[in-house]
Amino acid sequence: MKAYRFTCIVCPLGCSIEVEVENGEVKEVRGCKCPRGMEWAIQEVTSPKRVVMSVVPVEGGALPTVSVKTAEPVPKEKIPELMKFLTKLKLKAPVEIGQVVAEWKGIKIVATRGA
Amino acid sequence: MEPMPQIPMLSYDVVVIGGGPAGMAAAAKAKELGLNVLLLDENDYLGGILPQCIHPGFGIHYFKEELTGPEFASRLAKHLVELGVEYKTSARVLEIKNYSDLEKVVIFTSPTGVYQVWAKAVIYAAGARERHAFEIGIVGDRVSGIYTAGEAQTLMDIYGVLPGKEVVIVGSGDVGLIMARRFALEGAKVKAVIELMPYPGGLARNVMILRDFNIPLYLSHKVVEVRGKGRVQGVKVVKVDENLNEIPGSEFWIEADTLVISAGLVPSVKKLRKIGVEIDPATGGPVVNDRLETSVPGIFVAGNALLINDLVDYVAEQGELAAESAREFIEKGGIESRKWVKVEKGQNVRLIAPHYLSGDRDVYLYLRVSRPMEDVEIRIPEVGKRLRLPVVKPAEMRRLKLKAEEIQKAGEKLTVEVVKA
Repeated sequence: MKAYRFTCIVCPLGCSIEVEVENGEVKEVRGCKCPRGMEWAIQEVTSPKRVVMSVVPVEGGALPTVSVKTAEPVPKEKIPELMKFLTKLKLKAPVEIGQVVAEWKGIKIVATRGA
Repeated sequence: MEPMPQIPMLSYDVVVIGGGPAGMAAAAKAKELGLNVLLLDENDYLGGILPQCIHPGFGIHYFKEELTGPEFASRLAKHLVELGVEYKTSARVLEIKNYSDLEKVVIFTSPTGVYQVWAKAVIYAAGARERHAFEIGIVGDRVSGIYTAGEAQTLMDIYGVLPGKEVVIVGSGDVGLIMARRFALEGAKVKAVIELMPYPGGLARNVMILRDFNIPLYLSHKVVEVRGKGRVQGVKVVKVDENLNEIPGSEFWIEADTLVISAGLVPSVKKLRKIGVEIDPATGGPVVNDRLETSVPGIFVAGNALLINDLVDYVAEQGELAAESAREFIEKGGIESRKWVKVEKGQNVRLIAPHYLSGDRDVYLYLRVSRPMEDVEIRIPEVGKRLRLPVVKPAEMRRLKLKAEEIQKAGEKLTVEVVKA
């Protein structure tokens, strides 16, 4: 039996959650006050994911970079690889906010600032 | 002698100073309420610090959707443009003058010259500044590689420059933790986060970043010295006791090329002080009534210039309230109340605003506790209000709604205390 303790990050409430895992299976989740928190806690111990953000250089924009994020959360262990991919990107203005500027292994990279 | 050049004169109902989330929300609301409004910002783009806050976590309350800082800013800016709000960027306010209740003058410079604006009301939303290395008592060599967190963030997330490769961060507040993540994501080594207090300073969701990237957190520690030749080479860290006094013999060095100071924000109130606005030493911002009006009638304040907020949502909310208040002020020639109930800090309340309540309207009280506590009640004995909470932390600002009827039950004052339930 393995117990994980962490603070929920789904909303600013920050519940203290305990998850018990046995043979790779979630046995019990304690401390969260909503179903979203429960779902997140289970994912956090089975396959943690994060939305990743960075900036990409842009030519001809008002600012030298465009900020980007992944359209969906990315498995935590793949983040370094994704960051390496992002360092190779270069964009040209105009870039619209919300525009998909690249795709990496099926995950869309979206501009969060215009240029 | 040549005659003084004529300073062009503009006239508006209300001037909003600061184009961040508080100022943009205020200006948009003022326009919606039919006021003639001018928004001034000293940066060359709107949004305040939001365009550099590229992480998600903004807007959950205000837009009911999780956005990044630039996305939040762009929504507010778009709304502003759609409404046809007049604004000037690269406009630096030199002075605010208070001639009488309905006669204010704001003098500002811009790339096209110096202007003065007559206005009936002013909404001051100029945000905050960061505390720097000297303020927290760090001594040593004058070397490059020392940044405030906001400077590092501007370099990385506006200009695309990595400020350093081996980083020590002072302060575990949200800004420090978020910068720890940005450095780690961009391939720098974050060697430590050093926190003076015995508990982390940031929101729980941001403290998790440390675990994500295996970043060591030293609680009850402080950086006392920085050494280097030309560039930072290392910092001296010392442990502190429960009274925050340094423990002799506990010193150690961490090698690093960069020191990032994230030691809190201070409301920018210099220009307000100059015109006699009363300042609350606890919040660092002005003393305000429930319309966010300062002690100088017709000068309203919102956002981090009022008090340091955790959530941009509250900042925008304050901006809108300031705009509604400015309209009331202009229409009635002043903000009046049958009485003003003074808000007092009780047990374990470090700061609270607004400071005076009319009982004419519902109000949000914003408060922070002094120390963490579990299973508590926020109590206002004078009005019989109780709110039970599982946990309170200094890092988390609490927002408490009081109804007009509740406030009316109070006499001259009401006391807000946080006590064991």
